[in-house]
Amino acid sequence: MAPIATFMPDAARRRRVQRTLAGYFFISPGLLGLALFLVGPLIYSLWLSLTEWDIISPPVFVGLENFRTAFLDDKLFWVSLYVTVRYTLVAVPLTLIAALAAALLLDLNIRGISGFRAIYYLPAMTPAVASVVLWRWIFNSEFGLLNYILDFVGLPKVEWLISADVVMYSFWIMALWSIGPMMIIFLAGLHGVPRTLYEAAEVDGANAWRKLWAVTIPQLSPVILFNLVIGLINTFQVFTAGYLLTAGGPKNATLFYVLYTYRNAFEWLKMGYAASLSWVLFAIVMVMTIFIFRSLGRAVHYEAG
Amino acid sequence: MILPFLWMISSSLKTRSQVWVFPPDWIPDPVQWYNYVEALSGLPFHVYTFNTLRITIPVLLGTLLTASMCGYGFARMRFPGRDTLFMVFLSVLMLPAIVTMIPVFVMFTHLGWVNTLKPLIIPPILGGGPFNVFLFRQFFRTIPNELSDAARMDGCGDLYIYWRIILPLSRPVLATVAIFTFLANWNDFIGPLLYLQSDSKRTIALGLATFLGLYSTNWELLMAAATTVTIPALILFLFCQRYFVEGVVLTGLQGV
Repeated sequence: MAPIATFMPDAARRRRVQRTLAGYFFISPGLLGLALFLVGPLIYSLWLSLTEWDIISPPVFVGLENFRTAFLDDKLFWVSLYVTVRYTLVAVPLTLIAALAAALLLDLNIRGISGFRAIYYLPAMTPAVASVVLWRWIFNSEFGLLNYILDFVGLPKVEWLISADVVMYSFWIMALWSIGPMMIIFLAGLHGVPRTLYEAAEVDGANAWRKLWAVTIPQLSPVILFNLVIGLINTFQVFTAGYLLTAGGPKNATLFYVLYTYRNAFEWLKMGYAASLSWVLFAIVMVMTIFIFRSLGRAVHYEAG
Repeated sequence: MILPFLWMISSSLKTRSQVWVFPPDWIPDPVQWYNYVEALSGLPFHVYTFNTLRITIPVLLGTLLTASMCGYGFARMRFPGRDTLFMVFLSVLMLPAIVTMIPVFVMFTHLGWVNTLKPLIIPPILGGGPFNVFLFRQFFRTIPNELSDAARMDGCGDLYIYWRIILPLSRPVLATVAIFTFLANWNDFIGPLLYLQSDSKRTIALGLATFLGLYSTNWELLMAAATTVTIPALILFLFCQRYFVEGVVLTGLQGV
């Protein structure tokens, strides 16, 4: 009986090896992409961050000098960090609340509501460059739409893109305009809330406001957390609008962090320094994400199982 | 939400003197269709469109194949390391793009790929996009196992099951990923900005940015160009609208 006893595990092992190989075959394009365009570049970039390099002459190893320069000597580093944090601290809560409110409204079963959903999503479909062109015209101090509206309701005109004190408000307004994707994810979450919970709340005599706070928000909390994290990561990386709408100005008031990093790398060819800056951003985003998951993760309601 | 669009279209049909009127009129009189002709002949937009399609179409087809393959592997096969690797995939979403942008740019400079379309085509196809992989995985997990088990009993391999059973059932998620991929490439700015330097290589988004630099105060022409560039995305959206909402509802959030 011995041959069979040894034959069986062998066949099982062979099948397992086969299954593993097949599995890795299916994910191989992804793995290859991960290795070539992620893991490799990450290691390379980590090394670059320890060098001084203008692409033309060979890189010079400088240790942690780039990081020291950024933190201690580079005023623009702190300006760009401040600009980005300031933008994020308002834009993320603002868009979260607006997107949730829009989703709640658009979740109502009213005829023609899908048309409204489409309208809210339109800005996300508009090519970023086209929307920058459009908003430059809307923000035009003399003949723009926004000042026309202000003038119409009797308010003074505002120098939306010219005044360093005001320009951030323009970016927040633009952020509000493009809440579509966030809203869609909220809508998706709303569809997942069991009807029976609302019915139970109604039996208990809850009004709409109470239902929102006792049923909708807790049920939606994983989606809120998801949108919060994605929103933070995205706003920290804002680039195109800063690059095309204001070119970082006026007076560096919109010198977003990624724009500053981009300039270091691709305009001033300070590759090593730019690589260090990008790692600082990575560290910030990672710490932020972990912090959010640690502190809010427990408050989030998950379905059993 | 819609007001900026109306403003864009209204401005695009005004004469130069009508644009500089305050308070502005909403209905242009006379309607200046010629702005579109002038805007589109200001720069070779047909070349830009061709370039954009040469990037978008291969990326679209390639991404659908690779992302769905990865999604299949992660959702319907069992092998050691699977869940860890999937977590690694997802954590890529947290990585700021600029971190890899710099080393990858250096890499492509060494390969001599700068000012070719390759850096914009090959990386997105190979990676498949972690979010796309995620969408496919979530959708594939909802397809009952009985179907593939029956095929396996008949001696069919995984490739057959993936191609003949799972993919044909996955039209909604294929459509969703196709739309997202198309838009991401049609609208991408920073990629072409980095890699495409000569005018004959520019994409539509990059061309529009150039146009903005050249005609910075001719708002009627700028609005005409912006409207034209936006229209293909809008048409796509109108036809595939339900996939945006339903696609995300069906696939994206089950079992997050």
